[in-house]
Amino acid sequence: MKKIHIALLVMVAGAIALLLTFLKTTSTYDTVDTAMSKPGKYVHLMARLDKTQPIEYDAVKNPNYLSFTAVDTLGKSVKVVYHNAKPDNLEISEKLVLKGKYQDGQFDCKEIQTKCPSKYKEEQAKGGVHPGNVPTNGSMSK
Amino acid sequence: MDYIGEHLLPGQLGHFFIILSLVASLVATFAYFKSSQASLAENAGYWKKLARIAFITEVISVFAIFGILFYIIYNHLFEYKYAWQHSSRSLELKYLLACFWEGQEGSFLLWSIWHCLIGLVIMKTAKKWEAPVMTVVSFAQLALATMIAGLYIFGWKMGSNPFILLRDSGVLDNSPALHVNFDVNQPLKVDYMSSITDGNDLNPLLQNYWMVIHPPVLFLGFATTIVPFAFAIAGLWKKDFGEWTKQTLPWSLFSAAVLGLGIMMGAIWAYESLSFGGYWAWDPVENASLVPWMILISGIHTLLIYKHTGNALRATYLFMILSFGFILYSTFLTRSGILGEASVHAFTDLGMNWQLLTFLLAFVIPALVLFAIRYKEIPAIQKEEHTSSREFWMFIGSLIFFLSAILIIGQTSLPVINKVFGTNIAPPEDAEFSYNSIQVYVAIIMALLTAISQYFKYRRTDSKFFWKKILIPTILAVVAAAAFILFGSINYLKKGPVFTAALWLAAICSMYSIIANAGYIWLGLKGRLKLSGGSIAHVGFGMVLLGIVISASNKEVLTNNRNGIPAPLGDGENPMENLTLVQGLTVDMGKYNLTYEGDSTHPKKPLSFYKIRFKSKDGKEEFVLKPNSFVNYKGNEGLMSNPASRHYWDHDVFTYITSISNPDAAKDTTSFRTNKLKQGDTLFYSSGFLILQEVKKKDSLPEELFGKEGSLYEAPIKVYSKTGSVYSVTSRLANAKGEALALPDTITAESLVLQLQNVYPDNSIDLGVKESNAVMKYVTIKAYRFPFILMLWLGVLVTTIGIIISMVRRMQLNRSGEATS
Repeated sequence: MKKIHIALLVMVAGAIALLLTFLKTTSTYDTVDTAMSKPGKYVHLMARLDKTQPIEYDAVKNPNYLSFTAVDTLGKSVKVVYHNAKPDNLEISEKLVLKGKYQDGQFDCKEIQTKCPSKYKEEQAKGGVHPGNVPTNGSMSK
Repeated sequence: MDYIGEHLLPGQLGHFFIILSLVASLVATFAYFKSSQASLAENAGYWKKLARIAFITEVISVFAIFGILFYIIYNHLFEYKYAWQHSSRSLELKYLLACFWEGQEGSFLLWSIWHCLIGLVIMKTAKKWEAPVMTVVSFAQLALATMIAGLYIFGWKMGSNPFILLRDSGVLDNSPALHVNFDVNQPLKVDYMSSITDGNDLNPLLQNYWMVIHPPVLFLGFATTIVPFAFAIAGLWKKDFGEWTKQTLPWSLFSAAVLGLGIMMGAIWAYESLSFGGYWAWDPVENASLVPWMILISGIHTLLIYKHTGNALRATYLFMILSFGFILYSTFLTRSGILGEASVHAFTDLGMNWQLLTFLLAFVIPALVLFAIRYKEIPAIQKEEHTSSREFWMFIGSLIFFLSAILIIGQTSLPVINKVFGTNIAPPEDAEFSYNSIQVYVAIIMALLTAISQYFKYRRTDSKFFWKKILIPTILAVVAAAAFILFGSINYLKKGPVFTAALWLAAICSMYSIIANAGYIWLGLKGRLKLSGGSIAHVGFGMVLLGIVISASNKEVLTNNRNGIPAPLGDGENPMENLTLVQGLTVDMGKYNLTYEGDSTHPKKPLSFYKIRFKSKDGKEEFVLKPNSFVNYKGNEGLMSNPASRHYWDHDVFTYITSISNPDAAKDTTSFRTNKLKQGDTLFYSSGFLILQEVKKKDSLPEELFGKEGSLYEAPIKVYSKTGSVYSVTSRLANAKGEALALPDTITAESLVLQLQNVYPDNSIDLGVKESNAVMKYVTIKAYRFPFILMLWLGVLVTTIGIIISMVRRMQLNRSGEATS
């Protein structure tokens, strides 16, 4: 066996090991119930804003505290706390991906992804052009 | 039915050219195929002639489509959906081109245009390779033409037509005002166009000059990857296994230079105009263009090994096939909507998923099958490479780079895995770190390999020779590393000591790579720059790595918020990165004092510029940054912020707006909260407290104002803010002509309104306290400091120049080779 083949085997084994390690660190997409069932575990909570409940945010008092209620498709709701600026399109968003963990009776959110309805249905057909993770300002409808 | 104010001719012409381009590319593919397969030279010539005519027709059609679409956008013909959707009357001329790449159809068109130009060059230069190579290129053109065809075949939608009329697109179906009798079931009004006065406009985030220039460069990079692919296929097809590499090398170098530049221009665009606070986020869209580039780089290196030693030909085939294959995979990934939740971008379906998948499979499967069938026939050298040979280390490097690319695309493909296997895997908690934690080691290995490999000779190197040559650069690198350890810094501790150590190591190895490669230009190549393309490119690559490691790991949050409600945060949690600035009030932010001085608005658009003055406390620096935001812009509700930065040679100060005072909230709905206070009593409010001083009753009031029984009380109050400021205010209560009249006092900076409501005989009072946002304007910002980001941009430039020098050199070699043979 050539040295290069041995090197190749080692590298491929290494790559597979890394990929498996990566898979171990991944999280899951959850509803409020399943997120509550694993407190302290980082999940992607799929929900939307409960518009009947108040949104607590005052940039003057504390620009890094936002609290609101999220409700999932099954109708279950949870209080969400987010230590960052309020995404400006939160109120008009039709869907939220809340990344964080459920603990102490509330969902401690680290990142909010807002999905907004476009003014026109067709507007959504854009797509295609671009990057840029915009965790704090999900207003990019691209 | 005829509608008033429509211009139908451009659209009809456009349709015609779309159909023509479909037919022409089909004919070109077929004719080039026949020409390649023809056993008689006469037949081959006949088919080639036909194929060329067809391809040139295709070129004319594609340019005509592009021209017509530009005409429609330029003349604001909003009866066409594309113009309406992507442009507006107020859009500046310089951004008109950007409308093309905002839509899927336009970007496919751009891609197609580059293929046309590439095809013409191949026609002119490829000689005997023209027919098989152009078969592949024409086929790709056919595939791209179907993407904008907009035809329905057996109820199956093929492509999305850029010339579709707004009224046929469904957009107007739910607008009663445009229909007869305001009934959406009735046809449109004859003069409906009179209501469509303006378009939807270009997404504000794309209204940036980088957005005008980076997509064409990126797409040229995308388009050129087909050339090495097509040559590799041609080599396999014609069983001429080695010769194709000659013409391929300069093309591959060109492609690598342009694609790399395009990707990094995209990074600059993200840095300049997106507000995620950086230039790279391992977003699927970014990864999707990086991965083909990495594989192409591996392919170029194995190609060089083959040229010099005859080894690694099979790997070269594989890399060239996969490089283009991953371009197609990326196209599928980013345009199909499959990314869904995984990307911040709501990539929505154009209903073309199957078509995109077919595009991918139609190229990749036949290519891989052909590769597998011919695998045994591809010449390979059985003798083992010596570990002291350059090719050995180059090959190791290529493999690692390739595997690292596969890992990246694997991590990016979670949504595809979920779709295929029905799993429910979401990205990890720290998605960026999941890439960084692997790629930092790849960076270390690549930096080391690029540093030493050139000091080896092909085939075998005398160890004395190697050590003698590499000694000086190594000593220099050790000195530089020592200086860096003593005086430099890596302030990135939140991921544990192992990762921090890896970052240090990556920085040091990058320095070694820069020094060793720069040294090689003199030590190995005697300063002949014409021959030094590879070394220069490696110097640039080392600079890129160093720039990334230093700027990313030392990125510093300037807006560390120490005010406001302290929140219970665990270890390693995001610090409070937002800071609110009230207009006119100077705020202490680390090294700087910040003042939000006011805003100005774009004359035509709801675009506001916020003037923020940075003044360093030592008084040496003072500058104004004007980050801007689109507020509730046409269908994109909320805030769309563009950052602003101040560039220094060794760092950037970078800031953007995360929130502004809501002008609608000026309706001041909060009511007064009443508190009973005696003299000397303390009352807390949200950001401080106040103390009531001695309440006084004023005497000798002018009778004409107050009447006989009039009175006036004054309650002086001292307000102590958390920020350390103290304000003295006086709230008054008058009783004039039988009417009580409160004269509240306001502290704008604290958004505090104090109202004296009642005075008791014992001089205690009722004080109304109101905290309102309405009394002031403020912005909330984030600010960062990026050190040594210039190193990264310079590195990109140096790498590009290096690769171009290599390309020119390879073209000269090919030409002189032809002259002698």
